[in-house]
Amino acid sequence: MKILVPVKRVIDYNVKVRVKPDQSGVELANVKMAMNPFDEIAVEQALRIKEAGRADEIVLVSVGPSQSQETIRTGLAMGADRGIHIEADQDIEPLAVAKLLKAVVKKEGPGLVICGKQAIDDDSNQTGQMLSALLGWAQATFASGVELGSEKAKIIREVDGGLEHIEVVLPAVITVDLRLNEPRYASLPNIMKAKKKPIDSLSADELGVDTTPRLKVVKVEEPAARSAGIKVGSVAELVDKLKNEAKVI
Amino acid sequence: MSILVIVEHDNGAVNVATLNTVAAAQAIGGDIDALVSGHNCSKAAEAAAAIAGISKVIVSDAAENANGLAENIAPLIAGMAHNYSHILAPATTYGKNILPRVAALSDTAQISDIIAVIDKDTFQRPIYAGNALATVRSSDALKIITVRSTAFEAVADTGGKATIEQIDAAGDAGLSSFEKSELSKSERPDLTSAGIVVSGGRGMQDGSNFGMLDKIADKLGAAVGASRAAVDAGFVPNDYQVGQTGKVVAPDLYMAVGISGAIQHLAGMKDSKVIVAINKDDEAPIFQVADYGLVADLFDAVPELDSELG
Repeated sequence: MKILVPVKRVIDYNVKVRVKPDQSGVELANVKMAMNPFDEIAVEQALRIKEAGRADEIVLVSVGPSQSQETIRTGLAMGADRGIHIEADQDIEPLAVAKLLKAVVKKEGPGLVICGKQAIDDDSNQTGQMLSALLGWAQATFASGVELGSEKAKIIREVDGGLEHIEVVLPAVITVDLRLNEPRYASLPNIMKAKKKPIDSLSADELGVDTTPRLKVVKVEEPAARSAGIKVGSVAELVDKLKNEAKVI
Repeated sequence: MSILVIVEHDNGAVNVATLNTVAAAQAIGGDIDALVSGHNCSKAAEAAAAIAGISKVIVSDAAENANGLAENIAPLIAGMAHNYSHILAPATTYGKNILPRVAALSDTAQISDIIAVIDKDTFQRPIYAGNALATVRSSDALKIITVRSTAFEAVADTGGKATIEQIDAAGDAGLSSFEKSELSKSERPDLTSAGIVVSGGRGMQDGSNFGMLDKIADKLGAAVGASRAAVDAGFVPNDYQVGQTGKVVAPDLYMAVGISGAIQHLAGMKDSKVIVAINKDDEAPIFQVADYGLVADLFDAVPELDSELG
């Protein structure tokens, strides 16, 4: 079985995001970028399935500018087998990404797609569900446990009040949550090996997908800044302030 | 304009996030219908009909709708979409699971997690875990939207007199089945909906020291959270994590104990109404966002706080 894992290049989660002065978006120039953390978990899960002998190839797909190839390399260094890069210079909305991924699924025929539950840049939390709908497949979102059977998979999902156990028919789209696993670090020999692994390039035109945005970003602004309050001198003063000034306890 | 609100419920009671979603629908303006899809869900339908501001409750009662499986419910909603200008659901795990599937079936872009309605086509939503706010305008005829519940004041769950109408379900897609749910048995509220959150960071030094925070949380009726550093250090499980890669919370009171205030943590809690920081390092960045800061060793301050709270 082949597993497809979409990966996205985003601003590293440790970087303070800055809004551009013209309010057109956030500053991406000279900012440290990394693989979306949820996608790392997806790659790790695919690797574990392969290591358990349940998959024979892991293909990474990234939609984005040419530097997205670096993100694919990161996943290849973790142990994935090859990559597909779909070049896109503008922001591609989740629906269009799902359509591109559907076209790749039709080409590659994977038995499973594993995605991060959301990307930490636009926080949309849509692509996996949309891809699943377009394919007419089952969806298993926010997975914190995955157990593959031959025809079906048992999934534990993180829901607001706790956990939910479901079973989905394969092939399926799984979107992963934080608790599923802890992604490995790439070793130096594997980083070297990853440089020789193939990355194919495709375009939205070749895949026959219209990626025209449906949403116009009118502006992007900083949220109202929070100013530092006061320092209290003692626990008793703190409790007093919370009771009588803030009235929150 | 006609708006459809997807009601989240457990076949009996309506989840309160639905009330915030109705408030967002009112901000858009127009007739508001509500969909209750479930099984043996007449109680939920009646509860929905009593919500202020809803004109009609549409009920789809069928075994395959019992547990909110997206594969069965999304086609039902997509089939109703032509009657509406907007479809709204709460941005809970329930809404986030189902609505993008509806959007794809309707070939419509979804606008996730809105925090403000600018006009019928234009909405504000947080990106980068709230470190930036984007205003987006949709060019689709249909708007498909999830609503962040903390951003809209809930409407009343009484006083409404909506009519109730039954429709057929879309059938079982045969793709998924529900086995069981394991809802947290904790007496404490859920992290994302708690009015007070007490969180510990790397300064807690050890998982067992979180017991001190548990005691405070029990006295305050609070949930317990943690920074990524505390999770990475193995003090507490991942589901405690508040931050950009964990849960985003906005309680009335957030107490950060032994948390330095890394950017990724601040992203998950800075919309809290009141923030308290207890840290022995008076240079810790957490103090820059705290309304009340206490520079103290947490191992002295937390037990003292415990006894102050009585």
